Amino acid sequence: MGQNGAGKTTLVKHFNGLLKPSKGRVLIDGIDTRHVSVATLARKVGFVFQNPDHQLFSETVEDEVSFALKNFGFDEKTISERVEKVLNILDLTHYRKSSPFMLSGGERKRVALASVLSWDPKILILDEPTIGQDSYQKERLRQFIMQLNQQGKTVIIVTHDVEFVTECEPRIILMKNGRIIADGDAREILTDPNLVSEASLVLPEITQVFMRLNDYGFPRNVIGVYEAKRLILERLSGGFMR
Amino acid sequence: MSMLDGLRLLDGLRFRNISSPIHKIDPRAKFVYVCALFFVAILFNQIIPLLILFLSQVPLVIIARVKKEWLRLIRGSIFFAALIFAMNVISLYFYGGYPSLASIIEHSLAMTLRFIVLVESFSIFFLTTSPDIFGLSLEQMGIPYEFCFAFTTAIRFVPVLAEETQTIMDAQRARGLELESGGFIKRIRNYIPILIPLIVNAIRRSLELAEAMESRAWGASKKRTNLYALKMGGKDYCFIIISIIIILISIYVWLFIKIPSITQIMQL
Ligand SMILES: Nc1ncnc2c1ncn2[C@@H]1O[C@H](COP(=O)(O)OP(=O)(O)OP(=O)(O)O)[C@@H](O)[C@H]1O
Ligand SMILES: [Mg+2]
Repeated sequence: MGQNGAGKTTLVKHFNGLLKPSKGRVLIDGIDTRHVSVATLARKVGFVFQNPDHQLFSETVEDEVSFALKNFGFDEKTISERVEKVLNILDLTHYRKSSPFMLSGGERKRVALASVLSWDPKILILDEPTIGQDSYQKERLRQFIMQLNQQGKTVIIVTHDVEFVTECEPRIILMKNGRIIADGDAREILTDPNLVSEASLVLPEITQVFMRLNDYGFPRNVIGVYEAKRLILERLSGGFMR
Repeated sequence: MSMLDGLRLLDGLRFRNISSPIHKIDPRAKFVYVCALFFVAILFNQIIPLLILFLSQVPLVIIARVKKEWLRLIRGSIFFAALIFAMNVISLYFYGGYPSLASIIEHSLAMTLRFIVLVESFSIFFLTTSPDIFGLSLEQMGIPYEFCFAFTTAIRFVPVLAEETQTIMDAQRARGLELESGGFIKRIRNYIPILIPLIVNAIRRSLELAEAMESRAWGASKKRTNLYALKMGGKDYCFIIISIIIILISIYVWLFIKIPSITQIMQL
């Protein structure tokens, strides 16, 4: 996370070799990105770009999603299985035969996501995935990301959406002017008012509330809605009010 | 990569907002000057006058403070220059009836130099003339405003297009597209996933631009007036006169002076 122009996109483009470091080196699973092609790295590192219009080109959503699978040389049967599955996950099955260009902005974004998820990369990079998604789709996306994470995949999300992040409780890296200014647990970083404002973010709303509630004996470092709900309910059922 | 190279070359022609005596000259005067350079470059086909023409522009580039951009442009045109050179050598070798290989090479070099001089004069014009001013001068020459506007907008979108092409290529490579793989047909097909988003986005953007312009009442008043008006001053006329003198001198040289070729000079 970090302000516009902080260098987030630039940094993540190093992870699949689109950009090569001018100094130092980038290792992905022990492989130096300077020595392999983007196509080779892409098999491991899936990258969903910020703007879906930079990649959609096929006649149907289905073709769009199978494009990468064909590039990586999967067989017909696997391709159709994978396409089926990923369209289902992203709630796109009914658009299967539609042209991606006819879909809404949020839907196009999901097609772009589907076209990368289809090959099941070990590392997934999402550049601002929540832009233009309604809250229902955002929640679905969040649960799906958590699920991937539990399957042992690395998911790297570039985002300005604090509320989206809090429920995942990930490791957070803050950037500013091309540098990393903080790296740690969400709970630790998103509740630090100075760090958060330095990165042009705002504290999660729940945190703002709980900082005020500190006087009533609540902890300050609460970030998630569900955690907040639990804490408040516990207190209420304890019947103890000061 | 050649499509991207072409765009980069165009991008190199982009106006950089700095100020210099050359930037201040009226675009119409500069245009006459560029025409004069074109005329001279087409008139001669020997190395020596073309070389003189090429070198005589260097001080102008330095005065205009666009040396870096200019060098990048010249470097960018090397690919095309090499192509022109090769084609000349091949065609002259088979059909030319030139006495020796040396003279074939000399003539081909001259043709290549002619191309570079054309690029050079073209780039001096565009590097030192803001698209807005250029559009304004077209308008004052009586060209309908719609055309001038379309022209300046097109110029303005070249860098956007170059950047977008790069992003699209990145996005497709991240999905396993290998541009440089396969045979000739395959390689052309490889560009489809890049061209389609590029074209679709260009269309989408132009529709959006049209909507944005209409919602800001573009074309509401029939009679437009400009905040700035271009006026030819003393130094602009000077520039035109210099251009005419250049043309006259070169016609004189072309008619009355026999220009030796390098091969002849070497034989002496
Ligand atoms: N190709 C490039 N060459 C030089 N500088 C660039 C290039 N691309 C981006 N930059 C600059 O690098 C900086 C970081 O850009 P980057 O796109 O990584 O920011 P970001 O953190 O992703 O921002 P945002 O939140 O707006 O997406 C910006 O100042 C940008 O102008
Ligand atoms: Mg970015």
